[in-house]
Amino acid sequence: MTYDLLVNGKKYVVDVDGDIPLLWVLRDTIGLTGTKFGCGIAMCGACTVQVDGVPVRSCVVPVAEAAAKPITTIEAIGETAEGARVQKAWLDIDVVQCGYCQSGQIMSATAFLAANPSPTDEDIDAVMAGNICRCGTYPRIRAAIKLAAAGR
Amino acid sequence: MIKRIFAIPLVAVLAATGIVAGMGSLQSNAETSDGGALKSVSDFEAIADTSARSKAIFEEASRVMTHPRCINCHPATRSPTQGEDMHPHVPLMNASESSLGPAGLVCSTCHGAENRPVVGSRMKSIPGNSHWSLAPASMAWQGLTVGEICRQVKDTSRNGNRSLADLIRHMGEDHLVGWAWHPGEGRSAPPGSQETFAALIDAWVSTGAECPD
Repeated sequence: MTYDLLVNGKKYVVDVDGDIPLLWVLRDTIGLTGTKFGCGIAMCGACTVQVDGVPVRSCVVPVAEAAAKPITTIEAIGETAEGARVQKAWLDIDVVQCGYCQSGQIMSATAFLAANPSPTDEDIDAVMAGNICRCGTYPRIRAAIKLAAAGR
Repeated sequence: MIKRIFAIPLVAVLAATGIVAGMGSLQSNAETSDGGALKSVSDFEAIADTSARSKAIFEEASRVMTHPRCINCHPATRSPTQGEDMHPHVPLMNASESSLGPAGLVCSTCHGAENRPVVGSRMKSIPGNSHWSLAPASMAWQGLTVGEICRQVKDTSRNGNRSLADLIRHMGEDHLVGWAWHPGEGRSAPPGSQETFAALIDAWVSTGAECPD
């Protein structure tokens, strides 16, 4: 079946099964490989993208559910005001270690800052608990989110 | 060049393995199982005393309300529990004021309008319903006795201002309540059915909505 996807402002018509996770359509069909496969069960956050501005785990969202809604991936998040500030803060603090989880971290952090422009440490921990980092970059992630918030 | 082609997926696999290995508290769930029978209203006809009958009927209905499918989202704190053993939700979730999770990690980040199957995992599916949310703080059930749950359920200051008639309708028709009997692969269902459960609540109300001690 064909689905119309609106990814990063660009329309794609994909011919896939409706229950295939959005992640694999983004990566394998469209070719946007910035979004990563981590656990495959929505537990680690590496595959986070935004659908209608809400962060979702693309490894479990059937593509049929995301069709016709605006989808934003790591490739275009820097085009939003919050995304640009988050990416700059990530670079300024040098958050990334191995980097595998970081596109998901940035997608969550950006949606978070858009809704909560002045977060406390507690606020940050409550939201970013959903994104696991095996390198343990959590202190730098928290610092970068605060830096991005201060850069409004 | 060949080495490099193999190296890229290897890095990805190692990274994914590391992430999964980091989720130490991920626990396997029991296979989906039928929750068994729930006594029907007629099973209580032998109790002559109306008040005693009402209390006994609520006790039976509470087997549903205290089942993990229901009580996991009626926690004592503002964080849900999950699984058959009611361990803390992974990732740690905070209800926030909305009871839908904080912006950036809302329930719908992972939970859809329907159960979502997952492949190749100890966790067979991710539960979902369009009303997926945590019960309000006033409706916390974990840690309460059945009698305390009963008194909370009929207290309009704590039950969302529901009348007894509203409670019968809610228990019998609400599709998030009904989800408990269709929890997706990998989860047990509470005893009985939504229909038998609602009939018990109806009978409890019609016998005076008495609460066990």
